[in-house]
Amino acid sequence: MSATAPSLPQTAMSCHILRILALFGLATILAGCGVNNVPTLEEKAKAAWSEVQNQYQRRADLIPNLVETVKGFAQQEREVLTSVIEARAKASQVKVDASTVTDPAKFREYQEAQNALTGALGRLLVTVERYPELKSNANFLALQSQLEGTENRIAVARRDYIEGVRVFNTEIRTFPGVIWAKLFWGAKAMESFGATAGADRPPAIKF
Amino acid sequence: MIAVRPLRIWLAMVLACYATALFAAELKFPALTGRIVDGASIISADARAKIEVKLAAHEAKTSDQVVVVTFPSLQDTTIEDFGNRLFRHWQLGDKVKNNGLLLLVAPNERKIRIEVGYGLEGAMTDALSRVIISTAIAPRFKAGDFGGGVEAGIDAILATLTGDAEEWQRRAKVRPDDTSGEEVVIAVIMMAIFLFVIVSFLRSLNQGPSGRSGQRWHRTRSGNWVILPDVSSGWGGSGWSSGNSGGGWSGGSSGGGFSGGGGSSGGGGASGDW
Repeated sequence: MSATAPSLPQTAMSCHILRILALFGLATILAGCGVNNVPTLEEKAKAAWSEVQNQYQRRADLIPNLVETVKGFAQQEREVLTSVIEARAKASQVKVDASTVTDPAKFREYQEAQNALTGALGRLLVTVERYPELKSNANFLALQSQLEGTENRIAVARRDYIEGVRVFNTEIRTFPGVIWAKLFWGAKAMESFGATAGADRPPAIKF
Repeated sequence: MIAVRPLRIWLAMVLACYATALFAAELKFPALTGRIVDGASIISADARAKIEVKLAAHEAKTSDQVVVVTFPSLQDTTIEDFGNRLFRHWQLGDKVKNNGLLLLVAPNERKIRIEVGYGLEGAMTDALSRVIISTAIAPRFKAGDFGGGVEAGIDAILATLTGDAEEWQRRAKVRPDDTSGEEVVIAVIMMAIFLFVIVSFLRSLNQGPSGRSGQRWHRTRSGNWVILPDVSSGWGGSGWSSGNSGGGWSGGSSGGGFSGGGGSSGGGGASGDW
């Protein structure tokens, strides 16, 4: 076979085709090596982050109604009610953009504002203990179960986010992902929620 | 001796790594053996049979997958945490519709929870779950009637799920779960491009050259490429069938073909105690 060489234009042509083939082969091999893992995992972690924000937003949306209901029965608890409203306002004021998840300072600010709101809500719900007629109010009971459910959803969303970030950060810090992350994507490690004791569990709200 | 020691240290380290990886698995989940997984043995055979019929009928009608589970221990976590993890472990409900629902009872901790899949959150709200627990289930549990409590709870849950006036709107609005679909699409596109390149490569070589040398090329090439369909069909035939017969599907659902459909939950529902 190699004794008779093919004519010149044909060699050039098959060279060209071979180059295209090699390119596609390379692309396939790269994809097989997990070059796409970095953006895929990043998108997953970002989706988990959206869910965290979504659930915190849901909680913020519940609060005005809750405060109104409690006010109707326990107007003298002005201090606690104000602190909840203020904490909610502060949490809503924290600007969240694409860089929040990679900027430690911004992320901490967000987390602290939400934790402050959690604390204020907890105090409000302890105060409510003293008002039996409020505790038997149907509207309040519905709000209470919604709030409990939301706190639980927040816990689940945070857990998913922590796991998503862990997988993503591991990928961009270990071989071979570290190569793709540095060479191709310029991916930055994402921030995660601090592992405070019981962070993955909903706060025990007793009514 | 000196050479052996570092090796030993390395070995110990590697073993330690695997050991921590093994023991890091925190919670032990029961197997999904049927619509009622009575790990704590608190539901009588009578009640069990009645409830199972109702659940099967409901699933046949609406495709909602409702499962009851009781277990002897929460394994030192909360029922909310355990419920969500178990739900995701079992993957109750359809993968796209996420229409699963789990009723959990932990008799030793005296805790009840209704864990709702994403797709049913609109019909079974947190407030409704709470009402069902506190009015239908807890009073009967207080009287020691576990079978009756679970049955009353399931009746209320199924009534809520089917009696919803906006049932069909809900079905239109269920949250789809976007996982792994795109990977398949990308793989298919890549393969299509690859095939296209090969075909055009062949065609150009067939048409382009002429004369003796071209014919010879054609012959060797056709000799090469004729093999391809044979290989692929052989791989497709034997590979698939053997994969299926020995696969995880039949092995996974050992209890009469009941298994989750890939659904997930984001922690919806409510908890209570008695």
